[in-house]
Amino acid sequence: MRTISVQDAVEMIPNGASLMIGGFMGVGTPEPLIDQIVRQGTNDLLVITTDTAFPGVGTGKLIGAKLVSRLIASHIGLNPETQRQMMAEELQVELVPQGTLAERIRAGGFGLGGILTRTGIGTVVEQGKRKVAVDGVDYLLETALRADFALVHAFIADYLGNLSYALTARNFNPIMAMAADNVIVQAENIVPVGVVAPDHVVTPAPIVDYITAKG
Amino acid sequence: MDAQTVIAKRIALELRDGMLVNLGIGIPTQVANFVPAGIHVFFQSENGLIGTGQVAEPAMALPWLTDAGGQPVTALPGASTFDSAMSFGLIRGGHLDLTVLGGLQVDQRGMLANWMIPGKMVPGMGGAMDLATGARRVIVAMQHTAKGRSKIVQSCSLPLTSSRPVDLVVTELAVIGFPDGRATLLETAAGVSAEQVLAATDAELAIAANLIDSASKVNQQVPVACAAN
Repeated sequence: MRTISVQDAVEMIPNGASLMIGGFMGVGTPEPLIDQIVRQGTNDLLVITTDTAFPGVGTGKLIGAKLVSRLIASHIGLNPETQRQMMAEELQVELVPQGTLAERIRAGGFGLGGILTRTGIGTVVEQGKRKVAVDGVDYLLETALRADFALVHAFIADYLGNLSYALTARNFNPIMAMAADNVIVQAENIVPVGVVAPDHVVTPAPIVDYITAKG
Repeated sequence: MDAQTVIAKRIALELRDGMLVNLGIGIPTQVANFVPAGIHVFFQSENGLIGTGQVAEPAMALPWLTDAGGQPVTALPGASTFDSAMSFGLIRGGHLDLTVLGGLQVDQRGMLANWMIPGKMVPGMGGAMDLATGARRVIVAMQHTAKGRSKIVQSCSLPLTSSRPVDLVVTELAVIGFPDGRATLLETAAGVSAEQVLAATDAELAIAANLIDSASKVNQQVPVACAAN
């Protein structure tokens, strides 16, 4: 793990990169990293995130700045701009059931090719997907997801990179941290090693590549 | 009593002590206001919380404690938090006793459509498909009609949420179940006749042999103020 400025962290992200971004309606999204992407204008991004929050909040800022060309998400209903860009075909959107999205990301980080789920059977979600019968029950084969970068928000990071999360700001962050080639963390608190007890570490230090310095 | 309150109060009677319950947004959320006395229910927010409490007063709002709509809430004593894979493991894995979801249409076989209107409203399914497919029991809370048209239909014209039929539909007029895969009128709301329900319903609707007046159930409810006993 290395500490890095927010600016240097975002400079590593090229145009056209794929990003997993933590957060649920903007809660648990690393806002300083998002703001810096907007400032730098990194574009043509593939963003994997559960929702696009509200306009001006969380990943909604990237949508508003038209930096995203492809989005994989479960819900865009509270961001009219995302829906507008999708309808105008400026933004390609793949809508994925939220539990399926979580498991596809988990699979990507846990070395699995995909997962089998009942969710989506008999709906538009099954279009173009393989069905697999197990013990007489049909499941959809949903493939794993990975990304070039995971942008993760933690409540506490220690100097080694061990992470713990706060309440509902945890959401997709721990599974995304497992599923990207480069893991960039923004933490609310950076503390000495030992402050986070081993039992309270949710994401172990070796998973984390960069922690962004405060300020 | 307005239609939403009638629906929420009736669904609250389906709660049992110790249940893990997920409430969708809209009318379903109001069910939490009518938990019968003496019953403790665990409410899940799919963003990663069991033990969801009331909406937080502005001065007490915490940016890291929100419901699935992103609004600041409180956590009750005994609450727990977890990541999204765990949250949907609870939903899909048979651990969630009940979900209450809103509906756009339910057909006479119990198929639910509640997540999109092609060309008009494409918000994404969020957790709805996992909830409708994975919860042990699915109750739909919706008004019986929209703009004068029945929301109970012969066959859903809108995209389905799941191929798994719902267990119960509660409207301001009626409670409808699906024994043997057939929509069946189980209860009528207070002051509503079976004929009124049939007239407002554009689907084949059987009438249960032991049709009940919901008022007889709702009035048995002990006021929450007595819950301390």
